[in-house]
Amino acid sequence: MKRQVAIYGKGGIGKSTTTQNTVAALAEAGKKIMVVGCDPKADSTRLLLHGLCQKTVLDTLRDEGDDIELDAILKPGFGNTRCVESGGPEPGVGCAGRGIITSINLLESLGAYTDDLDYVFYDVLGDVVCGGFAMPIREGKAEEIYIVASGELMALYAANNIAKGIKKYADNGKVRLGGIICNSRKVDNELPLLKAFAEELGSQLIYFVPRDNLVQRAEIHKKTVIDFDRTSGQADEYRNLAKAIDNNKLFVIPKPMTQERLEELMMQHGFLDVI
Amino acid sequence: MLECIPETPVEHTTGKINPAKTCQPLGAMYAALGIHGCLPHSHGSQGCCAYHRMHLTRHFRDPVLASSSSFTEGASVFGGAANLKTSIKNVFAIYNPEIIAVHTTCLSETIGDDLPNIIKTAEIPEGKSVIHVNTPSYHGSHITGFSGMCKAMVSYLAQSDGATKKSQMNVLPGFVNPGDMREIRRIVDVLGVKMIMFPDTSNVLDTPLTSKYQMYPDGGATVAEIRDAGNSEVTLAFGSYASHDAAEVLQDKCGVTGIPLKLPIGIKATDDFIMAVKDWFGVEIPASLALERGQVVDTLIDTHFHYQGKRVAVFGDPDHVIALTEFLLAMGMVPVYVLTGTPGKVFETEIKKMLGDAGITNARVKAEGDLFELQQWIKEAPVDLLIGTSYGKYIARAEDVPFVRFGFPILDRVVHPLMPVVGYRGCLRLIEQISNALLERRDRDCLDEDFELVL
Repeated sequence: MKRQVAIYGKGGIGKSTTTQNTVAALAEAGKKIMVVGCDPKADSTRLLLHGLCQKTVLDTLRDEGDDIELDAILKPGFGNTRCVESGGPEPGVGCAGRGIITSINLLESLGAYTDDLDYVFYDVLGDVVCGGFAMPIREGKAEEIYIVASGELMALYAANNIAKGIKKYADNGKVRLGGIICNSRKVDNELPLLKAFAEELGSQLIYFVPRDNLVQRAEIHKKTVIDFDRTSGQADEYRNLAKAIDNNKLFVIPKPMTQERLEELMMQHGFLDVI
Repeated sequence: MLECIPETPVEHTTGKINPAKTCQPLGAMYAALGIHGCLPHSHGSQGCCAYHRMHLTRHFRDPVLASSSSFTEGASVFGGAANLKTSIKNVFAIYNPEIIAVHTTCLSETIGDDLPNIIKTAEIPEGKSVIHVNTPSYHGSHITGFSGMCKAMVSYLAQSDGATKKSQMNVLPGFVNPGDMREIRRIVDVLGVKMIMFPDTSNVLDTPLTSKYQMYPDGGATVAEIRDAGNSEVTLAFGSYASHDAAEVLQDKCGVTGIPLKLPIGIKATDDFIMAVKDWFGVEIPASLALERGQVVDTLIDTHFHYQGKRVAVFGDPDHVIALTEFLLAMGMVPVYVLTGTPGKVFETEIKKMLGDAGITNARVKAEGDLFELQQWIKEAPVDLLIGTSYGKYIARAEDVPFVRFGFPILDRVVHPLMPVVGYRGCLRLIEQISNALLERRDRDCLDEDFELVL
């Protein structure tokens, strides 16, 4: 039974980087994975494919019409991962949300969701701004969600907002929050703050990924850390994150908090000790 | 009216000029009307719903009822969930149907409304049902929408009670007229097999005029019948575009064997239909059916010189055109242009194979084509006869070609929804229409000394 996982989080928090590094670690452990990039920027599979060499589903659809073969949009990446970029319109035009609906429907009708897959990862644009961006968490799609966050207020604010969206779908469906992934920004007291935040949501801090410039270097070389320097400590961090997700049993309907409570939490854990 | 069409071939790669298809929701709405006590519901703005109702009414000349989510500016910003929930509540309270069959529109599809979730949280009275299909019109055609609604009937309603199947068969008739559905039922009745046909618009869109108004006419497959379709032994699915998908879902969901067939238009396709029933249930073919078939063969022999070797252009919905092309070949005609507006590869593959087997090599076959292109072809090399929907009349007039109306929609002639083109009786009707059209032309054009009493 394949697990379908969606990764959400504030823009620029490191969703795509974290997703691809985690996927690389799972692939290294022998898992069969499909990664579906749901961002018009189409950079969700760059590290796995060693560059932006993927023609997106929607570009293919526009150029070649409805009759397309799966091979045209599904490219094999690091560790035999299957990579798809949904793509979308240029900034400021068209409807990116509909793009996601179209490309996920197309993947389904082309038979991309094969039974031999262990995981399908959806890497979704920062905010769930419209119905289309919630497509990956509709019934029959992703049932577990991880939110990437850091100790900065705006990242937690966004994470709390996403939790509201998840709750809406979780109340009537099977989608659940699997945990918060901290992509550390080295903010004061980040670990206890994130732990408290995750617990307040009724969930868990599933892993704390420390900051390491190696990630940036690997990115410049268009590689995941595991691909770039497999013996490094940071590679092990991602392996541990992958293991934590693989062994995860805690799936909850999140309890999003009020803005006041979020700020209170911030004061309590984030700054008090420092001030 | 089409005099401005350029004389020389013009290729257009973007957009369609005079498309040979219409919107997905229209097909979904028509299929929904084939459920007894069903109110089709259009999830979108009011214009879509009004257009589809009107278009169906113009073809069938009977009232078509459907409700709408009546989107406003607010709904397009905040999503249509609230509108749909209110609609479901109100429709059951005011119009009290057995079932609401929801289809979407381009607007709600672009907003990305999550229909299954909205329906799950809607207030549905005990014993009533709500089913849905996604019908974005920027994909496929009205046939896609029809097929989708048939699939929705199966996936929402059909249920298998256990391992033992009942000695009964399902028929998915495809996007055909109520007269065709009656004829299919008559043939199956004559064969003595119990049948569940869905959708079934006979006695819904061909109702007699009585002094009593019935919001939900007596016809249509009941929800209980569609539910019981999961207990049948076998499903005959007429038409690869309109019916095969639903049969496949029924096979996967309830283990009912699906037999994919062509629409039973023409002598061979009707034979295939009857033989499929005979082979599965082991019934004898009654003499009355053999007689009907014999009449068709006799008529073909008596009249073949009217149409033998004539060049014909056919357009319309894919399942209709595929089956009709087979019959035209059986009649000895030469289908040189064959076109549908619905996308999909099967159409071209099937037609090209048939034409190839008949030794016709210079034909043009196109799916997802338009009538502009068809007219260009006819300008390049004329035909003796055009067969298609009412939209073909402009080409027939501009190019001065005899014209036989066939398929959906026919908006400028009457009685056709009651007269079958399926089965052996359908064969006779098609031969009559084709023969008459060609003979009328001959009578119109011939010299006085060739104007014959006996033809």
